[in-house]
Amino acid sequence: MTDVPVYRPAEGEIRVEGLTKHFKTVRAVDDLTFTVAPGRVTGFLGPNGAGKTTTLRLLLGLATPDAGTATIGGIAYDRRPRPAHHVGAALESASVHPGRTARDHLRVYAPEVGVTDGRCDEVLAMVGLTAAANRRVGGFSMGMRQRLALAATLLGDPQVLLLDEPANGLDPEGIVWLRQFLRYLAEQGRTVLVSSHVLSEVEQTVDDVVIIASGRLVRACSLRDLEAQARPAVRLRSPDAPGLARLIEQAGWTVDAESPTTVVIHDQSQETVGRLAFHHGLEVHDLSAAGTSLESLFLELTHPGAQS
Amino acid sequence: MNAALRTEWRKIATTRLWWVTALVMLAYMLVMGAVMALSFAFGSEASTMPGGEPMALDPRDIASSVYTLAVALGYIFPAILGALTVTAEFRHRTITPTLLAQPRRSLVLGAKLAVVLPYALAVSVAGVVGTLLGGASALAIMGEPTFLADAAMWRTIAMSVVALALWSLVGVGFGSVLTNQVAAIVVLLVFTQFVEPLLRILLAQFAVTETASKFLPGAAGEAIAGSSLYVSSGLADLLPAWQGVLVLLGYAVVLVVVGRLTTFRRDIG
Repeated sequence: MTDVPVYRPAEGEIRVEGLTKHFKTVRAVDDLTFTVAPGRVTGFLGPNGAGKTTTLRLLLGLATPDAGTATIGGIAYDRRPRPAHHVGAALESASVHPGRTARDHLRVYAPEVGVTDGRCDEVLAMVGLTAAANRRVGGFSMGMRQRLALAATLLGDPQVLLLDEPANGLDPEGIVWLRQFLRYLAEQGRTVLVSSHVLSEVEQTVDDVVIIASGRLVRACSLRDLEAQARPAVRLRSPDAPGLARLIEQAGWTVDAESPTTVVIHDQSQETVGRLAFHHGLEVHDLSAAGTSLESLFLELTHPGAQS
Repeated sequence: MNAALRTEWRKIATTRLWWVTALVMLAYMLVMGAVMALSFAFGSEASTMPGGEPMALDPRDIASSVYTLAVALGYIFPAILGALTVTAEFRHRTITPTLLAQPRRSLVLGAKLAVVLPYALAVSVAGVVGTLLGGASALAIMGEPTFLADAAMWRTIAMSVVALALWSLVGVGFGSVLTNQVAAIVVLLVFTQFVEPLLRILLAQFAVTETASKFLPGAAGEAIAGSSLYVSSGLADLLPAWQGVLVLLGYAVVLVVVGRLTTFRRDIG
């Protein structure tokens, strides 16, 4: 991957139209329509059970939709003669035979992907597993398994990457690494679709978001548009619990109480909260931007009936 | 097609299953061969005693029954090897990457059938070698003729390897129908070691059902080898070898088709 490949954007577009899938009485995916653009990292977001994995399975021909279409570069995945050359996918439901070494796991699929054993070593190096190449996967940590799954998706040097919860089980260092790696891949013109059930996990990585809940599309836009919609939140901590409660009541704020002495105040700026606290003579130990504003918007969008 | 074959080949080559199966079968058949040869040898001595039940066993039948014991008792090993090529994919959830690399599911199943055969052949040879080692040495020790210089006997031995290897195809079919690995192994064990032997004895009791007993899979396997414990003990006849091949392949085909239309048509993941 020293040469930056030249991709035709149309080949990298993921297009989902009217996609519907039932499981018995449950509508796992419900008339879902969205597109994913090449050259960008797109977060495919929703709470657990929202239908993310089902959508990916439908995109990859592992399941058959009841209605609608899902194509990558204009063609259904299972219609391509060598799909792994064009699309690299790692699903959460996939796993590895514990008796195989990491290298053998990749070597097994290499003929079908159409690559040499040398390429297996290359992708192992890319994900930092060279030292563990000849170890049996049975002894791997979750993070190492994630890296191996990512390596497998890269075997065919695909233009499109579909990754199901790739950050699960990664340590903080691994998450930073993954973030940089995905950005690097997208900058080469590849399409990168990353699913996650926590927005904050991918917040610093993605350009676009596709948010679904209960199988339905909630929002498909750029992260910037979503951020514009997110209202600020402020964390306020005071040793004076009664005073804090009085202030909140008088100001009429919506808050999440983290403890009697610490609250997260929604829809307010640090300036407003600081000024009012000063006027009330409240002793303040912490007055900081609560970085969860986007996350709370996400929760709001995906849990419309969370109160009930 | 070539790529699918290479992928399936590597799947078996990169795990320990096939050679562990071969070693276990060799050891098992070694013991069973020896035990059976000894019991036959003692049995024929007993039959010469006055007042004893006359035994219809001639030394040649004894030898061939012992040497084909792998087909009569050991076919569970290649059958399990075959079944595990499919069930392991579901147990270890590798079916997802498998179908991502090759979405044409018939091709995946076909490649499994083609690739399991050479491995099953190796396992079968190990099993038959074990039978010969155990059986022939026990016969020799007991002073019975071993018939190891007999070309016809070697033909029977060779055909028993063929029969065993074909069992792996039945196994692939069975595994594609019943993908739960533990359940598949248990059902295979119960059927081959208990249900079929019992059925063969029961069906052989009545003229009407005796023919049916020849078409049981185990009986078909023994027909390929052309020799059987059941025949030697006068319980039932066998089909001609070529019909045995067809019957056993028939079981494989039916199971594979059912597996293709159920397991390999369903949603995966």
